[in-house]
Amino acid sequence: MIKELLIIAISSALISNVVLSQFYGLCPFLGVSKQLKTAAGMGLAVIFVITLSSLVSSVIYIYILDKLGLGYLKTIVFILVIACLVQFVEMYLKKKIPSLYQALGVYLPLITTNCAVLGTALTNVQNYGTEKHAILFGVMNGFATSFGFFISICILAGIREKIDRNNIPKAFRGMPIVLVTAGLMAIAFCGFSGLL
Amino acid sequence: MDINAILIAVAVIAFLGLFIGLFLGIAGDKLKVEEDERIGLVESALPGNNCGGCGYAGCSAMAKAIVEGAAPVNGCPVGGEKVAKNIAEIMGVDSGESVRLTAFVKCNGDCEKATKNYTYSGVKDCRMLSFVPGKGEKACSYGCLGYGTCVKECPFDAIHIVDGIAKVDKERCKACGKCVAICPKNLIELIPYDAAYSVACSSKDKGPDAMKNCKVSCIGCGLCKKNCPVEAVEVTDFLAKIDYDKCQGCGACAEKCPKKAIVKN
Repeated sequence: MIKELLIIAISSALISNVVLSQFYGLCPFLGVSKQLKTAAGMGLAVIFVITLSSLVSSVIYIYILDKLGLGYLKTIVFILVIACLVQFVEMYLKKKIPSLYQALGVYLPLITTNCAVLGTALTNVQNYGTEKHAILFGVMNGFATSFGFFISICILAGIREKIDRNNIPKAFRGMPIVLVTAGLMAIAFCGFSGLL
Repeated sequence: MDINAILIAVAVIAFLGLFIGLFLGIAGDKLKVEEDERIGLVESALPGNNCGGCGYAGCSAMAKAIVEGAAPVNGCPVGGEKVAKNIAEIMGVDSGESVRLTAFVKCNGDCEKATKNYTYSGVKDCRMLSFVPGKGEKACSYGCLGYGTCVKECPFDAIHIVDGIAKVDKERCKACGKCVAICPKNLIELIPYDAAYSVACSSKDKGPDAMKNCKVSCIGCGLCKKNCPVEAVEVTDFLAKIDYDKCQGCGACAEKCPKKAIVKN
């Protein structure tokens, strides 16, 4: 059991990293990685939302959709759930932890449109379905996936802070050099594929 | 066709939607944050550049501080008197007077006038130059490096590199103070917009050294101090400084300065 959870954690965080090998969530990955501080904030918000939405979507799938034979409705239902969850998290933070709310700023509502969130929820259902520990595995997979996102966005932000001070050929300035960097990072992450 | 399956699907989605709507509605009501409506009004009165010149994180943070009383109504250096007046109206207080400021680069040693010890060909950023020998290629270790870190920082396109030194466009400058904060040589100062004369040098080198390093350096001779009719000039560490509150703009200092380090604005 613990061994299985560990395998899920390592494989979703490193080997099939959500950004660098599955190419989910590229929009915030490229958009919010200018500074390490904001990138870390975004990464933490994504960890929070994906872990929570994995839990809720697994519960809804197992106890409502699957029981009624409505598995084909999972996409639309998960979108609803995620949007609601993000909205709720935003309200809660604004009231209870205003400092964190300030720090995350506009990135919090933007997570609604981050495809990594929906992607993880759908992958969970696809892989674990309604088996015995599906909810636990789903939450673990959600957390590990989003932690993978956190790692990669922080690494990219760190590199971009360094790139900013360099003399880059004109044609590569701005987004091109960032895309080249992201590509090289993806190749580097391929190195984890022999881990398991 | 199984009509029941369709009905169940519709019912589930409708029920879920209804539940989420109710849940968010209740949560929104329970978790409501009371906000002073003046914050929005003040924010729309501010310029909206988010430059941070006031010392707060951005215009919305500044608006909050003004409404809470932590910041003065004329605290926005960019908006100046006009914005201060509008905000004072919203807040129902008197705005007071604010002096328009402008940034000024205290160095005039351009390519022609300043001596260079060597030619630097590294990263084009002034902040990098503190790691090279002599803290830059110029013989004068106080002077403007001319690699334009301030130019990149300026949100108003008001500062430019002319002949190897930074020059401020007085009309465009909003005195937000970003260049002041980023200049690694601490060369830039906010001075009154209508200041008549300023010392365009920051060299604290002794006379002979300053003389050798740059054609327009202040050598601390004190002629300006002697000739000032209102005692507005002070010389400390071989560098003249004009007190803009006392200065009446007669120009005697600039006339007598042997190195032409005092310039008319």
